[in-house]
Amino acid sequence: MTITDRYDLAVVGAGPAGLAAAEQAMRTGLSTVLFDEQMAPGGQIYRAITTTPLTRREILGDDYWHGSDLVTTFTRSGATYAPGSTVWAATREPDGGFEIGVSCAGEARLVKVRHLILATGAQERPFPIPGWTLPGVMTAGAAQILLKTAGLAPGSRTVLAGTGPLLYVAAAQFAAVGAPAHCLLDTTPRGHLRKAWAHALDFLRSPYLMNGLSILRAARSSTTIVRHVDAIEALGAERLEHVAYSVDGNRVEIAADLLLLHQGVVPSINLSSAIGCAHHWDDAQLAFVPTVDRWGASSVAGVTIAGDAAGIAGARAARARGTLAALHAAGMCGRLTAAQRDQHADAARAELAHWSRGRSFVDAMYRPADTFRIPAGDTLVCRCEEVSARQIADTVKLGCTGPNQMKSFLRCGMGPCQGRLCGLTVTEIIAREREVTPGEVGYYQLRFPIKPITLRELATLPQTQASEQAVVRIPRSP
Amino acid sequence: MFKMLPEVAGSGAALLNVTIDGRRHAAREGDSVAATLFAAGLPSCRTTPVTGVPRGPYCMMGVCFDCLVVIDGRPNQQGCMVRVRDGMVIERQQGARLVPGVVEVQ
Repeated sequence: MTITDRYDLAVVGAGPAGLAAAEQAMRTGLSTVLFDEQMAPGGQIYRAITTTPLTRREILGDDYWHGSDLVTTFTRSGATYAPGSTVWAATREPDGGFEIGVSCAGEARLVKVRHLILATGAQERPFPIPGWTLPGVMTAGAAQILLKTAGLAPGSRTVLAGTGPLLYVAAAQFAAVGAPAHCLLDTTPRGHLRKAWAHALDFLRSPYLMNGLSILRAARSSTTIVRHVDAIEALGAERLEHVAYSVDGNRVEIAADLLLLHQGVVPSINLSSAIGCAHHWDDAQLAFVPTVDRWGASSVAGVTIAGDAAGIAGARAARARGTLAALHAAGMCGRLTAAQRDQHADAARAELAHWSRGRSFVDAMYRPADTFRIPAGDTLVCRCEEVSARQIADTVKLGCTGPNQMKSFLRCGMGPCQGRLCGLTVTEIIAREREVTPGEVGYYQLRFPIKPITLRELATLPQTQASEQAVVRIPRSP
Repeated sequence: MFKMLPEVAGSGAALLNVTIDGRRHAAREGDSVAATLFAAGLPSCRTTPVTGVPRGPYCMMGVCFDCLVVIDGRPNQQGCMVRVRDGMVIERQQGARLVPGVVEVQ
């Protein structure tokens, strides 16, 4: 599909929020382009839904196949769909719109839009344990992606570890393809159920309860579960060979060639942050979250954030939040009056309320333990620049008080991942050392381009006469 | 570590020929380079520029940049974000890369 130079609306991300937003925007008459890094729609939750080689429906389950209908509706909407496209910048134009820098199939281009919807979703929370950089250690979500996209199933020497519903979903899916993990090390601390009980009434009435119970049953009947694990270590020379863990100080070592880690997901905030949207520390979700209103509108006019990128609430809620974001964009662009917008929003608000119920229970129950979020000693924090927890803590003692200064001292956060795998950990280590809140410490200052782009690509961008003159200093005509 | 499910291996999907570090491998059409490395039984794809230790893909969704490989002579390509093509030449990446055509000054 050809991408033109100008649209009313650009949506970034083709997960449930982005697909719903683009479809709703087209219905209100906004010309819409949807940029997505992946080669096929669905985001991570519905990854490869149009291409997966797993045809037996029961393997990935109804929660996954629910996404089919979303993709079909989006495809019929007539929105321009640009897969394999990485948005690396979005800067304010004098007319109030935005100029987006995007690379499509290795070619950079600039696209002008009036409004932006960021549906960049979530990523798995960093899981900094000793040895987490060894080949053979990856996230549980990564193994699910290999299963969904390529039909690759984990072998018999696989260990799952961590906390949260998605860990058990992965265990159930691996069992469903006849490849149950050797064991699941559950790091949910003792006493969480008691703390989460305050939110139980909401959870008991939520749509997640029955579903959650059936996933737990499937995981438990196929995989050995070890509860209250309070330390995990990945061991090996060139690759993972053993996993060591302990429960109440009793250390156990098991042979393994695959360790799959998961302790929840956090919003992907690199784009919203670089644009300049306000973010705050959310202590229930232990992450920085963009500050948005009930439509998802951020602190930057013309930028709306939908789905998990605006705070974790799951795929079904994301769909409703995508619809709301698009209605807001349509209102801002003059396609709907406030009254029309509000009227169209009723169904999405009801859907959002339904699928948000029980979230606070999940957040409290599966809040990852401090020991797995805030490492010490030689455990690597920044995987790219290979910076350890001890180096960061020692540098705080030297008087370095924030993550941006920490970059100058240690280069942490300055590798190709641009802090995605260390940002939260660095903030929390500094907060612990300084005995202040992570919100007070803040996060890395993120800048464009938010993904690496080659100079060759930048150089091939179309230039205006003014920009050329600024560089080559053409003498004024006499 | 990973094995292709029999129903997928026998599904009749087109197989492509790629080379990994000079050795020929069959790859399933539609798979990413990183998935092809796992299917070939290779958990590591590079050594790091800082300490030279081996690394493998970690997130499979374009976030961690640990799956960097050399594809058809171009260094620093995210293996999880690129689909295999017939005849593709994949090399595991050793340490830091130079910009192609640039000579290191002693």
